[in-house]
Amino acid sequence: MCEVGEDYRESAPGGPPLTRPGREQKCVKCKEGPPVVVIRAGDAFCRDCFKVFYVHKFRAMLGKNRLIFPGEKVLLAWSGGPSSSSMVWQVLEGLSRDSAKRLRFVPGVIYVDEGAACGRSPEDRARTLVEVEQVLQRVGFPSHVIALEEVFGLPPSVLRCFAQEPESVGTEGAYKAAVDSFLQQQCVLGAAGEEPWSQPRPQGPQSLAGPPTAVQTEALSRLFDSVKTLTAKEELLQTLRTHLILHVARTHGYSKVMAGDSCTRLAVKLMTSLALGRGAFLAWDTGFSDERHGDVVVVRPMREHTLKEVAFYNRLFAVPSVFTPAVDTKAPEKASIHRLMEAFLLRLQAQFPSTVSTVYRTSEKLVKAPRDGCAASPPGPRCLLCLCTLDVDSADSATAFGAQTSSHLCQMQAPGPQAEAGTPTTLCCCPGLGGAQGCCSSPPWTPCRLTSWPRPSSAARGPGASRRSKRICWGTAMMRRCPVGAEVRALGPHPTRNRQARTGRQGQAGCLWLSTCINKNVLIRKLYSTHGAGRAGPLAVCGAGQRRAPQGRLAGAAVLRQAGGAAASLPTAQ
Amino acid sequence: MGVSCELGFLNMAAPLSVEVEFGGGAELLFDGVKKHQVTLPGQEEPWDIRNLLVWIKKNLLKERPELFIQGDSVRPGILVLINDADWELLGELDYQLQDQDSILFISTLHGG
Repeated sequence: MCEVGEDYRESAPGGPPLTRPGREQKCVKCKEGPPVVVIRAGDAFCRDCFKVFYVHKFRAMLGKNRLIFPGEKVLLAWSGGPSSSSMVWQVLEGLSRDSAKRLRFVPGVIYVDEGAACGRSPEDRARTLVEVEQVLQRVGFPSHVIALEEVFGLPPSVLRCFAQEPESVGTEGAYKAAVDSFLQQQCVLGAAGEEPWSQPRPQGPQSLAGPPTAVQTEALSRLFDSVKTLTAKEELLQTLRTHLILHVARTHGYSKVMAGDSCTRLAVKLMTSLALGRGAFLAWDTGFSDERHGDVVVVRPMREHTLKEVAFYNRLFAVPSVFTPAVDTKAPEKASIHRLMEAFLLRLQAQFPSTVSTVYRTSEKLVKAPRDGCAASPPGPRCLLCLCTLDVDSADSATAFGAQTSSHLCQMQAPGPQAEAGTPTTLCCCPGLGGAQGCCSSPPWTPCRLTSWPRPSSAARGPGASRRSKRICWGTAMMRRCPVGAEVRALGPHPTRNRQARTGRQGQAGCLWLSTCINKNVLIRKLYSTHGAGRAGPLAVCGAGQRRAPQGRLAGAAVLRQAGGAAASLPTAQ
Repeated sequence: MGVSCELGFLNMAAPLSVEVEFGGGAELLFDGVKKHQVTLPGQEEPWDIRNLLVWIKKNLLKERPELFIQGDSVRPGILVLINDADWELLGELDYQLQDQDSILFISTLHGG
């Protein structure tokens, strides 16, 4: 058997020469090494050149934006997944003494245990936490391991708008000043020779409190169980996670949070956000820096790396990561808008290798333009949950969805015993329960109290509730309105698979719209002409040029409306 | 030597021993087992990745084949590495397996 195997191997090179076209190829950079990874079509890199390319991209992203000052405390949001693991590793290598241009900020790592949201058993979670601990020990940064349950313990202040905007003017000067003062400090401390972050290394990871209690776990899983659609679940999870991370950052004095979103993930997020009616906030949701929280800025240094590069890097250079099942693990392709969009983009990417980068470049061109005429005035009200400038305000909502959304609420109010018991809402933690029971009553702040819309009964009680209803952005409101499963089910067959289905039937219109929007120019034009024209919304995202921007949320509404085929669920239906 | 080589090639490809590995969450579809040392039986046509996928679907895959295989290839978003090199360099589905090759499938999809 052994001989036969050897014979076969000898015969292979002579036999089918066509099977190994890449072996003769050389690395496009050094022209010497054997290539191991194809980054763009035809660009094959060898191992060493790939590493240089990868590291350079990370450094360049931080370098050109100049947002992270030397000596600043930066919290790395680590989920255990490939991108964020790679990011932590890049920072670790960048801070080491022998790296060429040493990074000079002070890092910390946060890991959020989301097991309860995904319905994992305590044993499973404990096992994951052991793995997490091992990786964190190897990394050696100060670490914070937090359970998602602790959102119940967050103070109400996390929802307060931190009004001060980071000064965009004079950033350059501020950066230089920070560098100077850092260098001076270094001179003083120079003799100590200690890593700045190794000094306050605590024993073990820090946590806001002890391990989550069973009551909290139950409350959280009940909250997530009550969310009917996977799309809404993912959005809710993301919102809660962000609040928790920001809170930890604030309490421990971190002024920046690094998130590990890769280019592929951001492209998916961009398309998803559009479909979810968050088009107005694309620049915040997908840009390099996200200043909406005021005192803590979220940055995304991995946004130039595709997931393929990340996966190869992690494999080739043994970057440790911890796989944890997410809410959508093993879910079918059409289970949520997020999944559908991911499958859609990746399938297109398989046929047209520049799809992801094209979509991603679109996100790069979006600017955070203030609303017309509002540039000088103080920032308007923000959404309670996502903290974006509210796009359903009362000022000019006569023409906008804002009015429709809020008036729709009133129309929804069907007085009676059913209303008293609370309408089953997608985001409320206690459907079918009386308003005073369940986790809604747990002090001092519970996310569900905010994620639930004012009930008919509470709206009738006073103006406070309706004021709250007006403090949720359109996208978040959309989440609540999604009927069970309707969002994706009616989208029908995938457009790239079934050309026939593209035409005619209303159910496919969403996909048709998406497939025609892939080209970024078309994206802007199409959105505007199809969905934006004649419906001037209060807030617009501006494209790179003069072009007035897409009414993302309008387009998103159209997608959902067509997708659901259930127009009754949408505010405009009545 | 030459004769035996030709005969071996013409009659039947020998059984191959290869290592199949799953990562990035793809292992969940295989009972959570990451590394599989498998022996592919001898067959008339040489083993390539296309055949291997069919074999994997039949013998290793435990659930939801559509999350791993679509058409005759892997689902978009799952990377294939042959001996730690990109399969795009090696002819993708047409790469002919050699004895002791290691084939790695990494899922880059959200949630594995």
